[in-house]
Amino acid sequence: MIDYNLTEEQQMIKELARKITLEKIIPVRAELDEKEEFPTEILKVMAQSDLMGLYIPQEYGGYGGGVFDFCLATEEFSKGCIGVSVSFAANALGSGPILMYGSEEQKKKYLPDIASGKKWAAFGLTEPNAGSDAGGVQTTAVLKGNEYVLNGTKQWITNGGEADVYTIVAMTDKAKGSRGASIFIVEKGTPGFTFGKKEKKMGIRCSATRELIFENCKIPKENILGKEGMGFIITMKNLDKSRPGIAAQGVGLAQGATDYAVQYARERVQFGKPIISLQAIQFMLADMATMTEASRALLYSVARTIDSGLKDFSKESAMAKLLATDTAMHVTTDAVQVLGGYGYMREYPVEKMMRDAKILQIYEGTNQIQRSVIGHQLIKEAASKKA
Amino acid sequence: MNIIVCIKQVPDTNEVKIDRETNTLIRKGVPSIINPFDENAIEAALQLKEQYGGKVTVVSMGPPQVETALKDAIALGVDEVVLVTDRVFAGADTWATSYTLSKAIDKLGAFDLIICGKQAIDGDTAQVGPGIAEFLKLPIVTYVRKVVEQKDGSLIMEKEFEDGYEVMKTPLPAVITVTKEINVPRLPSLKGKMKAKTIQVPTWSAADIGADPESAGLKGSPTKVMKIFNPPVRTDREKLEGEAVLIATTLVARLKERKVI
Repeated sequence: MIDYNLTEEQQMIKELARKITLEKIIPVRAELDEKEEFPTEILKVMAQSDLMGLYIPQEYGGYGGGVFDFCLATEEFSKGCIGVSVSFAANALGSGPILMYGSEEQKKKYLPDIASGKKWAAFGLTEPNAGSDAGGVQTTAVLKGNEYVLNGTKQWITNGGEADVYTIVAMTDKAKGSRGASIFIVEKGTPGFTFGKKEKKMGIRCSATRELIFENCKIPKENILGKEGMGFIITMKNLDKSRPGIAAQGVGLAQGATDYAVQYARERVQFGKPIISLQAIQFMLADMATMTEASRALLYSVARTIDSGLKDFSKESAMAKLLATDTAMHVTTDAVQVLGGYGYMREYPVEKMMRDAKILQIYEGTNQIQRSVIGHQLIKEAASKKA
Repeated sequence: MNIIVCIKQVPDTNEVKIDRETNTLIRKGVPSIINPFDENAIEAALQLKEQYGGKVTVVSMGPPQVETALKDAIALGVDEVVLVTDRVFAGADTWATSYTLSKAIDKLGAFDLIICGKQAIDGDTAQVGPGIAEFLKLPIVTYVRKVVEQKDGSLIMEKEFEDGYEVMKTPLPAVITVTKEINVPRLPSLKGKMKAKTIQVPTWSAADIGADPESAGLKGSPTKVMKIFNPPVRTDREKLEGEAVLIATTLVARLKERKVI
């Protein structure tokens, strides 16, 4: 075991998240998946254990931890179910813009309730025509007197319908393209703000994914985050900061699948001996364990770097997300292979793990977008060296 | 509402081993936990506090290592803990334990309610709760599966029976023992764990609580365990297998043979 030099507090976070995973997530994950049921009770337990406010400063009722602390908890939950852990992590993505760019009043109004788990948060960026091309947002926000009027539709919003507080990207000046985007806080229950149907998904089926529909939805002028035109930059910073959380999902999921495959291979007897004694199986397990550990090592380094105060970490954040989520897809696929026919059956958890893994390569920026972020940064770095 | 919860640290195993020499439980090398029914007692106390305000104090009698169980209680959110520990308490049966805990409770001062788990999973006697009530001359309701409400100095609750339940009302202060049906115990919180890490658990000796050494521990225990054994496996059993119709016919025949029907 690699010693990652966790502090005593970080060990506690891990232990607590592990306990929740073993006692509250693993026993119900198959049922939640089958019924496509939102893990309300589990999120309440996380809140009661103070983990909802892990990344929120103490002055706003949180624990005051960093990206690394948050990743440790997310990794543990993800060993059980990433449908549950994304419902947990989406709160951080939704509240991130308030945390980073909110005014003192906005922080005081929203963060304590999010830290205590009284309210849940969600982030609304994606639209039918704005996915990887985040600049293609068509939802508009027009200032009329003391109110902004929102019109448009957001798509595939995690925690949509379940969350109480939404941070929404909308265009305040279409002519300026991505520089004309702004971010607003919209509360559930605001007239003109409704939800579409819950989407039917391949994996992470317990998590809620819905359309957000804005029809002449009026919100107070002061609900803007930062200034008009800052929407795109806030979005990018928010994603840079949240991507390690997705990497943590990948590491946790890959570890959960590896652990299950090892345990199964020790028990499953073929040709008169446990299949783990076969080199064919050992080599697969060895690759799974190595790739998982490498992903974890990169993630932990990146998370610690971010916490130490590095300002621009787009590349590092994208690298952690890319490696860990490609690893999760590979490892869960091989876990199914180790279990053979049983692995393909819903009675065993690796079938769900493989279905779940796929989204990690798609959301929070596809892994192609991650490579593009890394590539652009390489160009920038090389150019600055020349000068 | 000031509530006192009495807890016991027990071995975390369902296969308890017995020391053949002393006829007592072997606790060495077995990880310890809070007795599961006592976790329900703590949860019940925390929920009452959340509803009516007040304070939750957890008290336990045992060797110094019981400190870890009390720290676990702090992590769950209780306000105060006390460890009652002294060499003279060793070897206590349920009578001497009830006596000792009642002396500690006397020292704790005014309270409205004492909650215990219905029994401990190691000894399974279910006697300490009622014993405490007897020493303190308080009313007791055992096997409480639900607290309905606290009203006008009384507590209304549901007491479990094998074939149903009764609604009971008792004046306060009182002692109740709770079943696992009463609630699902919460998990610790991060802030609670932090507090548990730094807290110094207060310990009270026999002298501190004014316990008579003759009435505590082995000396004060009227119970003498003569022998502990595993009941022999009965071999006069018959397992009916095969098709349902055949099983049913055979079963009816057997019951008639024995004149049960």
